[in-house]
Amino acid sequence: MSTQKESDAGADAPATTGGLDGDDIEALLGEHVLDREEHNNAPAFVVRADAVQDVLSTLKEEAGFDHLSCVTAEEHEDRFESIYHLKQYDDPTEEVSVVVPTSREEPVSQTAEPVFRAADWHEREAYDLVGVNYEGHPNHERILLPDTWQGHPLGLDYNQDKPQIVTFEENKNPLEGHQRGAEDSDTMYLNVGPHHPATHGVLHVETVLDGEQIADVSPDIGYLHRCEEQMAQKGTYRYQIMPYPDRWDYGPGGIINEWAYARAAEDLADIEVPEYAQVIRTMGSEMCRIACHMLALGTFCLDIYGDFTAIFMYAMRDREEVQNLLEDLTGQRMMFNYLRLGGVVWDIPEPREEYFEKVRDFLDGLPGKLDEYNDLITDNEVFQSRTVDTGYLDPEVAKDYGVTGPVARASGVDYDIRRDDPYGYYDELDWDVVTEDGGDNYARLLVRMREVEQSARIIEQCVDLLEDWPEEDREIQANVPRTLKPDAGTETYKTVEGAKGELGIYIRADGTEKPGRFKIKSPAFCNLAALQEMATGEYIPDLIATLGSLDVILGEVDR
Amino acid sequence: MSSDQPRDSIKGTSDPLTATREDRMGEGVDSRFNSKLREAFGSTPFILTKFDKFMNWVRGSSMFMLQFGIACCSIEMMHTYAVKHDLDRFGSGVPRASPRQADVMIVPGTIVSKFAPRMKRVYDQMPEPKFVVNMGNCSTSGGPFQEGYNVVKGAEEVIPVDIHVPGCPPRPEALVYGVAKLQERVANGESSPVTVKPYELEQFGDLERDEMVEKMAEDIDEETLVMRYNWADSP
Repeated sequence: MSTQKESDAGADAPATTGGLDGDDIEALLGEHVLDREEHNNAPAFVVRADAVQDVLSTLKEEAGFDHLSCVTAEEHEDRFESIYHLKQYDDPTEEVSVVVPTSREEPVSQTAEPVFRAADWHEREAYDLVGVNYEGHPNHERILLPDTWQGHPLGLDYNQDKPQIVTFEENKNPLEGHQRGAEDSDTMYLNVGPHHPATHGVLHVETVLDGEQIADVSPDIGYLHRCEEQMAQKGTYRYQIMPYPDRWDYGPGGIINEWAYARAAEDLADIEVPEYAQVIRTMGSEMCRIACHMLALGTFCLDIYGDFTAIFMYAMRDREEVQNLLEDLTGQRMMFNYLRLGGVVWDIPEPREEYFEKVRDFLDGLPGKLDEYNDLITDNEVFQSRTVDTGYLDPEVAKDYGVTGPVARASGVDYDIRRDDPYGYYDELDWDVVTEDGGDNYARLLVRMREVEQSARIIEQCVDLLEDWPEEDREIQANVPRTLKPDAGTETYKTVEGAKGELGIYIRADGTEKPGRFKIKSPAFCNLAALQEMATGEYIPDLIATLGSLDVILGEVDR
Repeated sequence: MSSDQPRDSIKGTSDPLTATREDRMGEGVDSRFNSKLREAFGSTPFILTKFDKFMNWVRGSSMFMLQFGIACCSIEMMHTYAVKHDLDRFGSGVPRASPRQADVMIVPGTIVSKFAPRMKRVYDQMPEPKFVVNMGNCSTSGGPFQEGYNVVKGAEEVIPVDIHVPGCPPRPEALVYGVAKLQERVANGESSPVTVKPYELEQFGDLERDEMVEKMAEDIDEETLVMRYNWADSP
C-alpha cells in the first residue's frame, strides 16, 4: 500500500525474553516437543507434523522469535523433514530450529504460512524441489520448476535422465473466476517479463491492472533456476563447492557469497580462520558490496529514467574501478573464487604499497563521486517525485515476510548480521549500520548510497590494518586437512550479511566428503516475495521503480 | 553587404558568422564535400559493387543488439555497452529493448528448461536477417551447471548460433572481439546454417506416446506447443 502509515509498531513489539536457553524453550513448548536435537548453531525441537502452527506461533508470540529465516526440506532414508530456522530481529544470535518429520509414504505437513508470510514461498520451494506437501498452504504449486515437471529433483529416487516436457502456453488470464471484481470493473492482465529490460534478468511479473492501478501482482520465478543446491551437493567441501557461490549473487557479491559458504563449512568442520585472513576477507567483501550497490543504483536509475543515460554510465565507471581493485586482489573480474575454507587463497598482490595506494586513491575519490550522485539523483526533484512515498513497505510487514538487508533497513528495521552476529573482523572496526524510516523507494536508494560510505570506511580501516600487519604474522590460511569429512548428522545454519540481505547456508553432513543437504537461503528471494505488499495499489511505473529498488539478482532468487 | 546591417530580428551584426563560414569554405570551388572516401574513389563519385556485397557491408557496420540479460554474463555485457569498453565504437552499440528492432541477440547466461521456450519466442520475434552471439560457457554448453537437472546444454539446442565467446564470464574485451568477428562474418555474407534442432517446439499431440506423454495427456491440450528435453541424449 502506498499510504504511509504512522508506525508505532516498533514500540510495542513483543518483548524479547532475551537469553532463552534450550530448556526454557522446551518448557514453553510443553508436550509439543517429541524430541530434542542439537544443531551446531541452535537447539532444535522435533514436533509433530500437525502442530507446526501451534509451535511456531508460541515461539513467535511468547519467545520473540519473529524472523523465519529459512525453511529447509530434505529427504532421509526413512522420512522427510522440514526444518524451520527461527531467529529474532532484535538479536539474531538467538536461534531455534523446529524440525518437522513426516513419513515417506505420506509426506504431509501443516503449513506455517498463517504464522509467517515468509513461509509461503519457502514451502512452495520445498514442495517443488523435495516433495514435502504442506496442508493448508494457500498456493500449493511449483515455484521454480515448470508446472509440467515430473518428480522432485532433490529427492532421493529422482531419475535425472528421464525426459521432461515444458509447455509453451500463453499465460492464462487469472481474472477468470473468483479473482474478477464486480461486473463493471475493468481489470486488465499484463505480463512483465520474462524478457523485459526492467526486470533485471529473467523475472516474470504477472500483473492485474484496475484502470491504471495495480490490483494484484505476483512474481513468477524460476527462469534462472540452475540447480545450485544440487551442484553444491555434488561437490567436495574443500575445493569443489567454492566456485559456485560466486554465481549466486553475481552483482558481483562474489566474496560475500563465498564467505557465507565458508562460514557455514568452517563452523561445521571446526576451522579457525587466522585474523589476517579475516581482515582481507572483510576488505574484499566490502569492495563487493560497493560494486553491488553501484549496480543497484545504476540500474535503478535506468528504470526510472528509462535509458542508458549519464547516471548508469557513471555507476558503471565506478564499478569498473572497484572491479579493477578486486581483479588485482583475486585475479578475476567477477567470479573470484578467492576464499578457501580456513582463509583466502593468496595474499595482497605485490608490491603491497602500490595496491594499498590504488585502494586509497579509489576511496579518496569516492566522496566527490557520491556528491555527484546526490546532485544527479537524490537532490533531483523529478527523481524525488517519482520515488518518494511509492512502494511503501511497513516494518512489521517486512518482518513477517522475512525481509532483510537494505530493503529492511530502509523500513527502519535495524538488522544487520555484520553487527548483530559478528563474523570476520567487523566487530573490531568502527562503522555504523545505516537505517532510514521512509520505507519507500527513495529510502531504499538512500540506504544503499549511505552504505557505500560505510563500506568505504571499513575498507579504509582494513587497509590501515593490513599495511601495519607484521610480516611474520601474515598467515593467510589455517591448516585444513585435504579431505574434510564432518561427522554424519552434524547440521548447521549460518548467515552472513550479503549485499541484498541475510544470506544463509544450511549444511547437513552425512559423513562423506560431500554435503548431505546443502540449502541456500537467499535474501533476494524473501525480498521479492514482499513485492506484492509494496506494489499493490500503485501505478505501473511505480511497480517498475519498486522492482528496481528491491535490487533482485535473479541468480540469487532462483539459485 | 545587406546582411551586414542589423535587422529587427537580429540584434547586432551577423558579420562574424559570415566570416567564419567563409573561412571554413575557403577560396575557390566549394570543397566541403571532399573527404578521404571521395579521394579513394578517384575521379568518379560512383562505386561499382554487387548489391549483395554492399548490403552485407552495411549490415555488418550497423548492428542493433537486443537488450537481453539472463545471468552473470549480462553484467559483463552491460560493462561492454558502458563507458571504457563502449561497444558503440564498433558500430554495434545501443541495445534495443524490443526484439522487433534488433538484429543481434547476445545470449548471456544459463538457459534453463523454463526459459528456453521464451528465448525461442524472443528469437522468433526478431526480423530477418538475425544473428546470435553466445556469451559464456553456459550458453555454449551449460558451463559449470551442465550436470544440473534443469539446465539446457547450450543455447544451440534451441536456436542457431553464429559465434561462441568462451569464458565464465568472458571479459568485455572478449565480447567485443566476438562481436567484431560476427561483423566480419556478416560483411562477408556468412551466417550459421539454420538447422532443425532436436528440441524444436512440437505439438504435444504429435509426440511419441511414451510413458511421460501418456501421463500428461489429460492435462495438456493436443494443440499446445511443448519443448521436450531429453537429458539423457543431450551432449
